[in-house]
Amino acid sequence: MNKWTRRAFIGVGGVIGGGLAIGVGGVIFAPNRFGLAPHGETHDGVVQLTTWLRITPDGVATVIAPHCEMGQGAQTALAMMLAEELEADWRLVRVEEAPAEDAYANGHLVRSFRPIAAALPRFMDRSIEYASFRLMQWMDMQITGGSTSVRATGQFGMRVAGAAAKAMLLEAAAKRWNVSESQCTAKLSRVLHAGSDRSLSYGELAADAARLDPPVHPAMKKRAEYSIVGASIPRLDIPDKVTGSTRYAIDVSLPDMLYAAVRAAPVFGSKLESVDPAPAEQTPGVVRVVRLENAVAVIADSYWRALKGVRALTPSFTQEQRVTSDSATLFALIGAALEGPGAKSVISRGDAAKALSRAAKLVEAEYRVPFLAHATMEPMSATARCAEGRCEVWTGVQDPLAARKVAAQAAGVSEDQVLLHNHPLGGGFGRRLPGAHDYVDQAVRIAREAAPAPVKLIWSREEDIQHDFYRPAVLARFKGAVDSAGSALVWIARFNGGAADGVDADAVRTPYAIAHQDIAVVEHDTHVRTGFWRSVAHSQHGFFTECFIDELAHAAGAEPYEFRRELLADAPRHRAVLERAAWMAGWGAPPPPGRGRGIALVESFGTIVAQTAEVEVVDGRIKVHRVCVAADCGEVVHPDGAAAQIEGGVLFGLSAALYNEITIRDGRVVQSNFHDYPMALLADAPSIAVEFIESDAPMGGLGEPGVPPIAPAVANAVFAATGKRLRSLPLRL
Amino acid sequence: MQITLNVNGVERTAEADEDTPLLWVLRESLGLTGTKFGCGVAACGACTVHVNGSPVRACVVPAAAVQGQTIVTIEGLASTERLHAVQAAWIEHQVPQCGYCQSGMIMAVAALLAHTPQPTDEQIAAEITNICRCGTYERVRRAIRSLASASGGRLSEVADTGVRDE
Repeated sequence: MNKWTRRAFIGVGGVIGGGLAIGVGGVIFAPNRFGLAPHGETHDGVVQLTTWLRITPDGVATVIAPHCEMGQGAQTALAMMLAEELEADWRLVRVEEAPAEDAYANGHLVRSFRPIAAALPRFMDRSIEYASFRLMQWMDMQITGGSTSVRATGQFGMRVAGAAAKAMLLEAAAKRWNVSESQCTAKLSRVLHAGSDRSLSYGELAADAARLDPPVHPAMKKRAEYSIVGASIPRLDIPDKVTGSTRYAIDVSLPDMLYAAVRAAPVFGSKLESVDPAPAEQTPGVVRVVRLENAVAVIADSYWRALKGVRALTPSFTQEQRVTSDSATLFALIGAALEGPGAKSVISRGDAAKALSRAAKLVEAEYRVPFLAHATMEPMSATARCAEGRCEVWTGVQDPLAARKVAAQAAGVSEDQVLLHNHPLGGGFGRRLPGAHDYVDQAVRIAREAAPAPVKLIWSREEDIQHDFYRPAVLARFKGAVDSAGSALVWIARFNGGAADGVDADAVRTPYAIAHQDIAVVEHDTHVRTGFWRSVAHSQHGFFTECFIDELAHAAGAEPYEFRRELLADAPRHRAVLERAAWMAGWGAPPPPGRGRGIALVESFGTIVAQTAEVEVVDGRIKVHRVCVAADCGEVVHPDGAAAQIEGGVLFGLSAALYNEITIRDGRVVQSNFHDYPMALLADAPSIAVEFIESDAPMGGLGEPGVPPIAPAVANAVFAATGKRLRSLPLRL
Repeated sequence: MQITLNVNGVERTAEADEDTPLLWVLRESLGLTGTKFGCGVAACGACTVHVNGSPVRACVVPAAAVQGQTIVTIEGLASTERLHAVQAAWIEHQVPQCGYCQSGMIMAVAALLAHTPQPTDEQIAAEITNICRCGTYERVRRAIRSLASASGGRLSEVADTGVRDE
């Protein structure tokens, strides 16, 4: 478990335990030396053994996962990690999502690994900002993002919880039989006594175990002893998804429920000025027109009628002064800013300027990537009911506790008067993270106007595409040079972005041994609201850096794979990943006639991924035939699920590489639906091969690292096939 | 107006405006929420249902226009005891991720295989145009291929009856 110790975990758990002890029972996994909540609470025969585990008398072990399920399979993987340490019979393991209550916050885990993590995912910083840096507000996080579920909650929460529970069950059995604990073993949800044929099920022991003090240092299994972790166990959420019975937030149905459609100011920052409600009020079924600060909503007795009502309105919105009128202007402004003063250094090594003047060959390149919408398949939706000083919300978010806070503010009640039900997400990708819960805010404000009736708000796809928190548009300028021996010598990069720390610094770092580096960011704001998009800054900077290294290779007259490989002598894990991907692709042998191959290597969220792409240009269109992926994320918990995340990442990145572009005109988003914001379809999908290189390195994430390498791999392959260097996304010939 | 629909073998009535898309009548009036709203303009296929055996994007078809026709939704695809062959293959190949598009995807594939039991890759690409943001296409293709080879040319029969051992 790298530098991070169990003692540290438990210590931090104790701090949080101090908070939990206030009003939440049943949490016993706290160190005795703090004297906190040393005993489990038993009610209705249900024993809460740890924060993340409940064992009932029937022996069923229910893992309570403080992470949402959005297709990444985290709940299954987390349950596997706990069940492994618990020595549970997998058939007796269930998983449920933690309720939106402070006891299930996972922020303390994030906090725990801050001292050892080079960079905390930036959206977490943002949550902390919202919380005014108050320690107690760390508890407000129940976040699913940053590819952290398995490597943080799983590694430092689930495994420890499972091991602690097993130790207590063993102790309970030993006491019951009046034998030494060393004679007892746990297997398949039972404790067995070696000296006799006695055995007791976990269900029979749970109540006794709950009265014991939890161990401070529970013994953990070695990887060689694993029987559940490392197996591709069928995901628990899939059966309901093939029968259409999974209940997403949009599927919520309540007695007397009304429906709402909304239309927000097209220009970010504008407010609702006026609206004549009459055209909507004349629509059959319309109950009310609701004025929000920057939007108008219509409540009706069906969604279709609400939608017709809102479409009938012609609201006017205020003129926003600070508006960048269009995308071309935006990039011109960024370009000017990059040449001006104020660049903040992110990485500085050697003397780049001096080395540049002496170099054998110089290369300059400008890259750009556009704003991008997330376009989750389930449009934003939330149902709210406000009555008698309380507020109940049904929605799908990547942080239920943050959303509960948003709902409380919108409802004008305290957080403990809000009950929030989080549903499986029809896609997240960062759109449903803290700071982006505007749809929850809207739903509650709308429902207040219809109280006590519940109201379900559904965004149209047009609202979704035009009111996202977009991946930032970035312009990057590179200067580089190779020496007379044909190796990369200088790397100078300027780009617009956020603060020169956090995940951005990670994203702009190159793994290659380049002696002189000067990488600096220029902060540049626009009125377009931005957010966290799957793989965050890595999706942009992976494209820039992996294309530019390709350009340097070309300048050096070198083969691009060999050129990279030579520069990775001191980065053996990166080198091994690169070599594996190249080997999978048959690198070295020429591709089929008419095709080109490209390669890219990006580390993100602790996982190193190399991808090759084999492309062909057909009638001016880029066709990607085959993608080979090698990845090193340390240990793999669920091989098939891990591969699925990589495959999904490739496709997510491919849509951005080939099609996705949000542009601004007259201050507003031009695109509105899938006809002008198209996605990769099955016809576009390459065959994808995925292989993992397992190691004892610290666990990396998997939800995001599959995304960044595909765009540069494809762009480099287009260059190999056509000689054309494409430097803007989406790639267009 | 009152609309009468034959859905999953049952006559159902609902009160809705004449222009209400089938999608919203299924979801809100009949409680069949397995059929999903994704775009409202027939671009993504999340709302795909069968009308007389053909795949139809229910977000743009007025419910009033399909009265008296045979409608099957994801809830009616399986027989009471067994999953439809496509659903079983979806589990076997662990296709869904977030799963939101998969009702429509499964309905589109079931319709394809009913008339083309052994589709070529070109046919699959041409017929299956549903959007999946999680990027499950590779597994969709894998699952379709496994169904095509398992059928040995008799898949239409399998798919029609929905009989397949899990």
